[in-house]
Amino acid sequence: MRSISTQQIADCVYRLARRAGLTLTEPCREALKRAAEAESGAAKFALETILENETVAKRENLPVCQDTGMAVVLLEIGQDVALTGEPLQNAVDDGVRRAYRDGYFRKSLCDPLTRVNTGDNTPAHVHVDIVGGDHVRVTFLAKGFGSENMSRLAMLTPAEGREGILRTIVEAVAGAGSRPCPPVVVGVGIGGSFDSCALLAKKALTRDIGTRNAREDVAAIEREALSRINALGIGAQGFGGKVTALDVLCEIAPTHIAGLPVAVNMQCHCVRCEKEEL
Amino acid sequence: MKFLKLPLSAEEKRALHAGDAVCLSGTIYTARDCAHRRIFELLDADMPLPFSLKDAFIYYAGPCPAPAGKPVGSCGPTTSARMNMFAPRLLKLGLGGMIGKGEMSEEVRRTIAECGAVYFAAVGGAGAIYGNCIKKSDCVAFPDLLSEAVYRFEAENLPLVVAIDSAGNCIYP
Repeated sequence: MRSISTQQIADCVYRLARRAGLTLTEPCREALKRAAEAESGAAKFALETILENETVAKRENLPVCQDTGMAVVLLEIGQDVALTGEPLQNAVDDGVRRAYRDGYFRKSLCDPLTRVNTGDNTPAHVHVDIVGGDHVRVTFLAKGFGSENMSRLAMLTPAEGREGILRTIVEAVAGAGSRPCPPVVVGVGIGGSFDSCALLAKKALTRDIGTRNAREDVAAIEREALSRINALGIGAQGFGGKVTALDVLCEIAPTHIAGLPVAVNMQCHCVRCEKEEL
Repeated sequence: MKFLKLPLSAEEKRALHAGDAVCLSGTIYTARDCAHRRIFELLDADMPLPFSLKDAFIYYAGPCPAPAGKPVGSCGPTTSARMNMFAPRLLKLGLGGMIGKGEMSEEVRRTIAECGAVYFAAVGGAGAIYGNCIKKSDCVAFPDLLSEAVYRFEAENLPLVVAIDSAGNCIYP
Protein backbone atom coordinates (compact mmCIF):
# COMPACT_ATOMS: atom_id res chain seq x y z
CA MET A 1 0.00 0.00 0.00
CA ARG A 2 1.31 3.44 -0.94
CA SER A 3 0.06 6.41 0.97
CA ILE A 4 -0.73 9.61 -0.98
CA SER A 5 -2.07 12.70 0.73
CA THR A 6 -4.95 14.45 -1.00
CA GLN A 7 -2.91 17.61 -0.40
CA GLN A 8 -0.48 16.27 -3.05
CA ILE A 9 -3.43 15.87 -5.40
CA ALA A 10 -4.59 19.42 -4.60
CA ASP A 11 -1.11 20.79 -5.36
CA CYS A 12 -0.97 18.76 -8.58
CA VAL A 13 -4.37 20.11 -9.69
CA TYR A 14 -3.09 23.60 -8.90
CA ARG A 15 0.01 23.16 -11.09
CA LEU A 16 -1.92 21.63 -13.97
CA ALA A 17 -4.68 24.27 -13.89
CA ARG A 18 -2.19 27.16 -13.85
CA ARG A 19 -0.32 25.67 -16.81
CA ALA A 20 -3.47 24.74 -18.73
CA GLY A 21 -4.87 28.27 -18.61
CA LEU A 22 -1.81 29.73 -20.31
CA THR A 23 -0.89 27.18 -22.95
CA LEU A 24 -2.34 25.07 -25.72
CA THR A 25 -1.30 21.45 -25.93
CA GLU A 26 1.61 20.85 -28.32
CA PRO A 27 -0.45 18.69 -30.76
CA CYS A 28 -3.13 21.41 -30.80
CA ARG A 29 -0.59 24.13 -31.61
CA GLU A 30 0.92 22.02 -34.40
CA ALA A 31 -2.53 21.29 -35.87
CA LEU A 32 -3.38 25.01 -35.82
CA LYS A 33 -0.10 25.81 -37.63
CA ARG A 34 -0.94 23.26 -40.34
CA ALA A 35 -4.44 24.73 -40.63
CA ALA A 36 -3.07 28.28 -40.97
CA GLU A 37 -0.83 27.13 -43.81
CA ALA A 38 -3.75 25.43 -45.57
CA GLU A 39 -6.17 28.37 -45.38
CA SER A 40 -6.46 31.82 -46.93
CA GLY A 41 -8.45 35.01 -46.36
CA ALA A 42 -10.40 35.60 -43.14
CA ALA A 43 -9.89 32.01 -41.92
CA LYS A 44 -6.11 32.39 -42.24
CA PHE A 45 -6.32 35.73 -40.40
CA ALA A 46 -8.25 34.01 -37.57
CA LEU A 47 -5.77 31.12 -37.30
CA GLU A 48 -2.74 33.40 -37.35
CA THR A 49 -4.37 35.55 -34.65
CA ILE A 50 -4.98 32.43 -32.55
CA LEU A 51 -1.33 31.37 -32.88
CA GLU A 52 -0.03 34.86 -32.10
CA ASN A 53 -2.39 34.97 -29.13
CA GLU A 54 -0.52 32.17 -27.40
CA THR A 55 2.73 34.11 -27.72
CA VAL A 56 1.06 37.19 -26.24
CA ALA A 57 -0.45 35.09 -23.45
CA LYS A 58 2.99 33.73 -22.53
CA ARG A 59 4.67 37.14 -22.70
CA GLU A 60 1.98 38.94 -20.71
CA ASN A 61 1.26 36.01 -18.37
CA LEU A 62 -2.43 36.11 -19.39
CA PRO A 63 -4.78 33.18 -19.96
CA VAL A 64 -5.01 32.26 -23.66
CA CYS A 65 -8.81 32.53 -23.51
CA GLN A 66 -10.91 34.47 -21.02
CA ASP A 67 -13.16 31.43 -20.72
CA THR A 68 -10.77 29.63 -18.44
CA GLY A 69 -13.43 27.00 -18.26
CA MET A 70 -15.13 24.60 -16.01
CA ALA A 71 -12.45 22.59 -14.20
CA VAL A 72 -12.79 18.97 -15.32
CA VAL A 73 -10.51 16.67 -13.34
CA LEU A 74 -10.12 13.01 -14.29
CA LEU A 75 -8.44 10.88 -11.65
CA GLU A 76 -7.09 7.38 -12.14
CA ILE A 77 -6.43 6.05 -8.67
CA GLY A 78 -4.52 2.82 -8.24
CA GLN A 79 -6.22 0.47 -5.82
CA ASP A 80 -2.95 0.02 -3.93
CA VAL A 81 -3.06 3.69 -2.98
CA ALA A 82 -4.34 4.80 0.42
CA LEU A 83 -5.54 8.40 0.26
CA THR A 84 -4.99 10.43 3.41
CA GLY A 85 -6.01 13.92 4.48
CA GLU A 86 -8.98 16.04 3.40
CA PRO A 87 -11.79 14.41 1.42
CA LEU A 88 -10.83 14.10 -2.25
CA GLN A 89 -13.42 16.53 -3.67
CA ASN A 90 -12.44 19.19 -1.12
CA ALA A 91 -8.77 18.77 -2.03
CA VAL A 92 -9.41 19.07 -5.78
CA ASP A 93 -11.61 22.12 -5.18
CA ASP A 94 -8.84 23.66 -3.09
CA GLY A 95 -6.37 23.25 -5.98
CA VAL A 96 -8.85 24.76 -8.43
CA ARG A 97 -9.73 27.64 -6.10
CA ARG A 98 -6.08 28.63 -5.59
CA ALA A 99 -5.18 28.25 -9.27
CA TYR A 100 -8.06 30.39 -10.50
CA ARG A 101 -7.31 33.06 -7.88
CA ASP A 102 -3.52 33.19 -8.39
CA GLY A 103 -3.74 32.90 -12.18
CA TYR A 104 -6.30 35.72 -12.50
CA PHE A 105 -8.55 33.24 -14.28
CA ARG A 106 -12.23 33.97 -14.74
CA LYS A 107 -14.61 32.37 -12.27
CA SER A 108 -17.21 30.98 -14.62
CA LEU A 109 -19.44 28.76 -12.47
CA CYS A 110 -22.86 29.80 -11.24
CA ASP A 111 -26.13 28.45 -9.91
CA PRO A 112 -28.17 27.35 -12.94
CA LEU A 113 -31.35 29.05 -11.71
CA THR A 114 -30.33 32.16 -9.79
CA ARG A 115 -27.20 32.59 -11.97
CA VAL A 116 -25.29 33.68 -8.86
CA ASN A 117 -21.58 32.97 -9.36
CA THR A 118 -20.00 30.46 -6.98
CA GLY A 119 -17.13 32.94 -6.73
CA ASP A 120 -14.15 30.61 -7.00
CA ASN A 121 -14.81 28.35 -10.00
CA THR A 122 -15.65 25.39 -7.77
CA PRO A 123 -16.95 22.76 -7.59
CA ALA A 124 -14.57 20.97 -9.92
CA HIS A 125 -16.10 18.24 -12.04
CA VAL A 126 -14.26 15.21 -10.75
CA HIS A 127 -14.45 11.76 -12.32
CA VAL A 128 -12.66 8.89 -10.62
CA ASP A 129 -11.58 5.55 -12.06
CA ILE A 130 -10.17 2.97 -9.71
CA VAL A 131 -7.46 1.06 -11.56
CA GLY A 132 -4.67 -1.38 -10.75
CA GLY A 133 -1.35 -0.17 -9.36
CA ASP A 134 -0.15 2.36 -6.81
CA HIS A 135 -0.18 5.57 -8.82
CA VAL A 136 -2.57 8.50 -9.17
CA ARG A 137 -2.89 9.94 -12.64
CA VAL A 138 -4.36 13.44 -12.78
CA THR A 139 -5.80 14.94 -15.97
CA PHE A 140 -6.94 18.55 -15.92
CA LEU A 141 -9.16 19.86 -18.72
CA ALA A 142 -10.16 23.53 -18.74
CA LYS A 143 -13.47 23.19 -20.58
CA GLY A 144 -14.92 26.28 -22.22
CA PHE A 145 -18.66 26.49 -22.63
CA GLY A 146 -19.11 28.13 -26.01
CA SER A 147 -18.20 24.71 -27.36
CA GLU A 148 -19.76 22.69 -24.53
CA ASN A 149 -23.12 24.32 -25.41
CA MET A 150 -22.92 22.80 -28.90
CA SER A 151 -22.59 19.22 -27.61
CA ARG A 152 -25.33 16.65 -27.99
CA LEU A 153 -26.35 13.10 -27.16
CA ALA A 154 -28.36 10.82 -29.41
CA MET A 155 -29.93 7.51 -28.44
CA LEU A 156 -29.77 5.78 -31.83
CA THR A 157 -31.28 2.42 -32.67
CA PRO A 158 -28.91 -0.47 -33.38
CA ALA A 159 -30.12 -0.48 -37.01
CA GLU A 160 -28.78 3.04 -37.54
CA GLY A 161 -25.31 1.62 -36.98
CA ARG A 162 -22.07 3.08 -38.25
CA GLU A 163 -23.76 5.48 -40.69
CA GLY A 164 -26.01 6.77 -37.87
CA ILE A 165 -22.95 7.44 -35.73
CA LEU A 166 -21.25 9.36 -38.54
CA ARG A 167 -24.44 11.32 -39.28
CA THR A 168 -24.81 12.30 -35.61
CA ILE A 169 -21.22 13.55 -35.41
CA VAL A 170 -21.33 15.52 -38.67
CA GLU A 171 -24.77 17.02 -37.98
CA ALA A 172 -23.62 18.20 -34.54
CA VAL A 173 -20.71 20.09 -36.11
CA ALA A 174 -22.82 21.41 -39.01
CA GLY A 175 -25.55 22.59 -36.63
CA ALA A 176 -23.02 24.30 -34.37
CA GLY A 177 -21.64 26.29 -37.30
CA SER A 178 -19.45 29.19 -36.18
CA ARG A 179 -20.61 29.12 -32.56
CA PRO A 180 -18.21 26.68 -30.84
CA CYS A 181 -15.05 28.51 -32.05
CA PRO A 182 -14.01 26.27 -34.94
CA PRO A 183 -11.71 24.65 -35.87
CA VAL A 184 -13.13 22.32 -33.26
CA VAL A 185 -11.96 19.08 -31.74
CA VAL A 186 -14.79 16.57 -31.54
CA GLY A 187 -14.93 14.10 -28.67
CA VAL A 188 -17.27 11.20 -29.33
CA GLY A 189 -18.63 8.52 -27.02
CA ILE A 190 -20.03 5.42 -28.68
CA GLY A 191 -21.99 2.95 -26.56
CA GLY A 192 -22.35 2.65 -22.81
CA SER A 193 -25.47 4.23 -21.31
CA PHE A 194 -27.03 7.70 -21.40
CA ASP A 195 -24.64 8.94 -18.71
CA SER A 196 -21.47 6.94 -19.36
CA CYS A 197 -21.63 7.71 -23.09
CA ALA A 198 -21.28 11.43 -22.36
CA LEU A 199 -18.34 10.74 -20.07
CA LEU A 200 -16.66 8.69 -22.82
CA ALA A 201 -16.95 11.70 -25.11
CA LYS A 202 -15.40 13.96 -22.48
CA LYS A 203 -12.55 11.48 -21.91
CA ALA A 204 -11.95 11.31 -25.65
CA LEU A 205 -11.18 15.05 -25.54
CA THR A 206 -8.25 14.41 -23.21
CA ARG A 207 -6.51 12.31 -25.88
CA ASP A 208 -3.89 14.06 -28.00
CA ILE A 209 -4.95 15.39 -31.38
CA GLY A 210 -3.64 13.06 -34.09
CA THR A 211 -3.82 9.87 -32.01
CA ARG A 212 -6.14 7.15 -33.31
CA ASN A 213 -8.30 4.73 -31.36
CA ALA A 214 -6.56 1.35 -31.00
CA ARG A 215 -9.55 -0.40 -32.61
CA GLU A 216 -9.26 -0.14 -36.38
CA ASP A 217 -13.05 0.07 -36.95
CA VAL A 218 -13.26 2.97 -34.46
CA ALA A 219 -10.21 4.67 -35.95
CA ALA A 220 -11.90 4.42 -39.35
CA ILE A 221 -14.94 6.26 -37.96
CA GLU A 222 -12.62 8.98 -36.61
CA ARG A 223 -10.99 9.41 -40.03
CA GLU A 224 -14.25 9.29 -41.96
CA ALA A 225 -16.01 11.78 -39.63
CA LEU A 226 -13.07 14.20 -39.85
CA SER A 227 -13.08 14.07 -43.62
CA ARG A 228 -16.86 14.67 -43.83
CA ILE A 229 -16.66 17.55 -41.31
CA ASN A 230 -13.88 19.26 -43.21
CA ALA A 231 -15.99 19.05 -46.37
CA LEU A 232 -18.64 21.24 -44.67
CA GLY A 233 -16.69 24.41 -45.45
CA ILE A 234 -17.39 26.16 -42.10
CA GLY A 235 -13.71 26.94 -41.51
CA ALA A 236 -11.95 28.77 -38.69
CA GLN A 237 -14.41 30.95 -36.75
CA GLY A 238 -17.03 30.13 -39.39
CA PHE A 239 -15.28 32.38 -41.91
CA GLY A 240 -15.32 29.58 -44.49
CA GLY A 241 -12.47 27.18 -45.23
CA LYS A 242 -11.08 23.70 -45.41
CA VAL A 243 -10.36 23.14 -41.71
CA THR A 244 -13.54 22.99 -39.61
CA ALA A 245 -12.22 20.34 -37.21
CA LEU A 246 -8.66 19.63 -36.07
CA ASP A 247 -9.59 16.07 -35.18
CA VAL A 248 -12.33 13.62 -34.19
CA LEU A 249 -11.52 11.41 -31.18
CA CYS A 250 -13.80 8.47 -30.39
CA GLU A 251 -14.04 6.23 -27.35
CA ILE A 252 -16.16 3.10 -27.30
CA ALA A 253 -17.77 0.84 -24.66
CA PRO A 254 -20.25 -2.04 -24.75
CA THR A 255 -23.89 -1.00 -24.72
CA HIS A 256 -27.33 -2.65 -24.36
CA ILE A 257 -28.61 -4.89 -27.19
CA ALA A 258 -31.51 -2.44 -27.65
CA GLY A 259 -29.48 0.72 -28.12
CA LEU A 260 -26.67 2.72 -29.65
CA PRO A 261 -25.93 5.86 -27.61
CA VAL A 262 -23.70 8.45 -29.29
CA ALA A 263 -22.43 11.51 -27.45
CA VAL A 264 -20.70 14.39 -29.22
CA ASN A 265 -18.72 16.66 -26.92
CA MET A 266 -17.50 19.76 -28.71
CA GLN A 267 -14.16 21.36 -27.89
CA CYS A 268 -13.02 24.69 -29.30
CA HIS A 269 -9.60 25.08 -30.96
CA CYS A 270 -8.19 26.13 -27.60
CA VAL A 271 -7.35 22.71 -26.14
CA ARG A 272 -6.05 23.19 -22.62
CA CYS A 273 -5.38 19.79 -21.11
CA GLU A 274 -2.53 18.89 -18.74
CA LYS A 275 -1.58 15.56 -17.18
CA GLU A 276 0.66 14.38 -14.40
CA GLU A 277 1.25 11.12 -12.56
CA LEU A 278 1.88 10.97 -8.83
CA MET B 1 -6.52 46.72 -42.94
CA LYS B 2 -8.74 49.71 -42.05
CA PHE B 3 -8.16 51.70 -38.86
CA LEU B 4 -11.38 52.97 -37.31
CA LYS B 5 -12.19 55.13 -34.30
CA LEU B 6 -15.51 54.95 -32.48
CA PRO B 7 -18.11 56.40 -32.72
CA LEU B 8 -18.56 55.52 -36.40
CA SER B 9 -20.45 57.87 -38.72
CA ALA B 10 -23.14 56.48 -41.02
CA GLU B 11 -20.73 57.08 -43.89
CA GLU B 12 -17.92 55.16 -42.21
CA LYS B 13 -20.28 52.25 -41.60
CA ARG B 14 -21.48 52.24 -45.20
CA ALA B 15 -17.86 51.94 -46.33
CA LEU B 16 -17.44 48.67 -44.41
CA HIS B 17 -18.08 45.39 -46.19
CA ALA B 18 -18.50 41.90 -44.79
CA GLY B 19 -15.08 40.24 -44.74
CA ASP B 20 -13.08 43.46 -44.28
CA ALA B 21 -10.37 43.27 -41.63
CA VAL B 22 -10.33 46.32 -39.35
CA CYS B 23 -8.52 47.67 -36.30
CA LEU B 24 -11.08 49.34 -34.05
CA SER B 25 -10.34 51.84 -31.28
CA GLY B 26 -12.53 53.81 -28.88
CA THR B 27 -15.13 53.28 -26.17
CA ILE B 28 -17.02 49.99 -26.00
CA TYR B 29 -19.26 48.41 -23.35
CA THR B 30 -19.19 44.75 -22.33
CA ALA B 31 -22.46 42.91 -21.81
CA ARG B 32 -23.28 39.20 -21.79
CA ASP B 33 -26.44 37.22 -21.04
CA CYS B 34 -27.13 38.41 -17.48
CA ALA B 35 -26.31 42.08 -18.16
CA HIS B 36 -28.68 42.04 -21.17
CA ARG B 37 -31.43 40.64 -18.98
CA ARG B 38 -30.87 43.47 -16.49
CA ILE B 39 -30.79 46.10 -19.27
CA PHE B 40 -34.12 44.76 -20.55
CA GLU B 41 -35.61 44.97 -17.05
CA LEU B 42 -34.56 48.63 -16.89
CA LEU B 43 -36.02 49.31 -20.36
CA ASP B 44 -39.30 47.60 -19.42
CA ALA B 45 -39.52 49.69 -16.24
CA ASP B 46 -38.67 52.90 -18.13
CA MET B 47 -35.61 53.36 -15.96
CA PRO B 48 -32.37 55.03 -17.10
CA LEU B 49 -29.68 52.76 -18.55
CA PRO B 50 -26.10 52.65 -17.24
CA PHE B 51 -24.86 53.96 -20.61
CA SER B 52 -26.45 55.65 -23.60
CA LEU B 53 -27.24 53.19 -26.38
CA LYS B 54 -27.02 55.88 -29.04
CA ASP B 55 -24.15 54.93 -31.39
CA ALA B 56 -22.64 52.75 -28.65
CA PHE B 57 -20.94 49.42 -29.34
CA ILE B 58 -21.55 46.42 -27.13
CA TYR B 59 -18.78 43.85 -26.79
CA TYR B 60 -20.13 40.41 -25.97
CA ALA B 61 -17.43 39.53 -23.47
CA GLY B 62 -16.69 38.76 -19.85
CA PRO B 63 -13.09 39.49 -18.87
CA CYS B 64 -10.71 37.64 -16.60
CA PRO B 65 -9.75 39.58 -13.46
CA ALA B 66 -7.08 42.25 -13.96
CA PRO B 67 -3.59 41.28 -12.80
CA ALA B 68 -1.51 43.99 -11.08
CA GLY B 69 -0.64 46.81 -13.48
CA LYS B 70 -3.25 45.93 -16.12
CA PRO B 71 -6.75 47.38 -16.54
CA VAL B 72 -8.18 43.97 -17.38
CA GLY B 73 -7.14 40.34 -17.88
CA SER B 74 -7.79 38.18 -20.93
CA CYS B 75 -10.89 39.33 -22.74
CA GLY B 76 -11.89 37.71 -26.00
CA PRO B 77 -15.43 37.52 -27.39
CA THR B 78 -18.20 35.17 -26.28
CA THR B 79 -20.74 33.45 -28.57
CA SER B 80 -22.98 36.20 -30.00
CA ALA B 81 -25.87 33.89 -30.92
CA ARG B 82 -26.92 33.76 -27.27
CA MET B 83 -27.75 37.47 -27.58
CA ASN B 84 -29.97 37.00 -30.68
CA MET B 85 -33.04 37.67 -28.57
CA PHE B 86 -31.64 40.95 -27.21
CA ALA B 87 -29.85 42.61 -30.14
CA PRO B 88 -32.82 43.74 -32.32
CA ARG B 89 -34.47 45.86 -29.62
CA LEU B 90 -31.18 47.54 -28.71
CA LEU B 91 -30.36 48.22 -32.37
CA LYS B 92 -33.77 49.86 -32.83
CA LEU B 93 -32.97 52.07 -29.82
CA GLY B 94 -29.86 53.37 -31.60
CA LEU B 95 -27.09 50.91 -30.75
CA GLY B 96 -24.26 51.44 -33.23
CA GLY B 97 -23.40 47.75 -33.37
CA MET B 98 -21.91 44.77 -31.64
CA ILE B 99 -18.64 42.90 -31.36
CA GLY B 100 -18.71 39.17 -30.65
CA LYS B 101 -17.99 35.85 -32.27
CA GLY B 102 -19.97 33.62 -34.57
CA GLU B 103 -23.13 33.90 -36.58
CA MET B 104 -26.24 35.77 -35.45
CA SER B 105 -29.87 35.17 -36.40
CA GLU B 106 -31.63 36.25 -39.58
CA GLU B 107 -33.65 38.72 -37.49
CA VAL B 108 -30.47 40.33 -36.20
CA ARG B 109 -29.02 40.53 -39.72
CA ARG B 110 -32.18 42.20 -41.00
CA THR B 111 -32.29 44.67 -38.11
CA ILE B 112 -28.62 45.58 -38.61
CA ALA B 113 -29.45 46.44 -42.23
CA GLU B 114 -32.61 48.39 -41.25
CA CYS B 115 -30.70 50.40 -38.65
CA GLY B 116 -27.46 50.82 -40.63
CA ALA B 117 -25.50 49.19 -37.82
CA VAL B 118 -22.55 46.79 -38.07
CA TYR B 119 -21.52 43.54 -36.40
CA PHE B 120 -17.83 42.84 -35.99
CA ALA B 121 -16.41 39.38 -35.30
CA ALA B 122 -13.48 39.16 -32.95
CA VAL B 123 -11.41 35.96 -33.02
CA GLY B 124 -12.69 33.60 -30.34
CA GLY B 125 -10.00 32.14 -28.16
CA ALA B 126 -7.63 35.07 -28.64
CA GLY B 127 -8.34 36.47 -25.18
CA ALA B 128 -4.79 37.59 -24.42
CA ILE B 129 -4.58 39.72 -27.59
CA TYR B 130 -7.94 41.42 -26.96
CA GLY B 131 -7.25 41.92 -23.25
CA ASN B 132 -3.99 43.60 -24.21
CA CYS B 133 -5.88 46.06 -26.45
CA ILE B 134 -7.88 47.40 -23.48
CA LYS B 135 -6.16 50.44 -22.03
CA LYS B 136 -8.76 51.45 -19.43
CA SER B 137 -11.65 49.66 -17.79
CA ASP B 138 -14.43 50.89 -15.47
CA CYS B 139 -17.33 48.88 -14.16
CA VAL B 140 -20.40 50.99 -14.97
CA ALA B 141 -23.21 48.66 -13.91
CA PHE B 142 -24.17 45.46 -12.09
CA PRO B 143 -20.88 44.82 -10.22
CA ASP B 144 -22.50 41.84 -8.47
CA LEU B 145 -22.34 40.03 -11.83
CA LEU B 146 -18.51 39.98 -11.57
CA SER B 147 -17.12 39.11 -15.02
CA GLU B 148 -20.64 39.49 -16.44
CA ALA B 149 -21.00 43.11 -15.27
CA VAL B 150 -21.03 46.02 -17.72
CA TYR B 151 -17.52 47.42 -18.19
CA ARG B 152 -16.66 50.54 -20.18
CA PHE B 153 -13.44 49.84 -22.07
CA GLU B 154 -11.12 52.20 -23.86
CA ALA B 155 -9.89 49.93 -26.62
CA GLU B 156 -6.93 50.35 -28.95
CA ASN B 157 -6.66 48.54 -32.25
CA LEU B 158 -8.94 45.56 -31.69
CA PRO B 159 -8.30 43.20 -34.63
CA LEU B 160 -11.77 42.44 -36.05
CA VAL B 161 -13.52 41.24 -39.18
CA VAL B 162 -16.73 42.82 -40.45
CA ALA B 163 -19.19 39.94 -40.01
CA ILE B 164 -22.47 41.68 -40.94
CA ASP B 165 -22.21 45.03 -42.71
CA SER B 166 -24.72 47.89 -42.72
CA ALA B 167 -26.29 46.59 -45.94
CA GLY B 168 -26.94 43.23 -44.28
CA ASN B 169 -24.22 41.26 -46.08
CA CYS B 170 -22.90 38.47 -43.89
CA ILE B 171 -19.56 36.68 -43.85
CA TYR B 172 -21.07 33.44 -42.54
CA PRO B 173 -22.35 31.03 -45.20
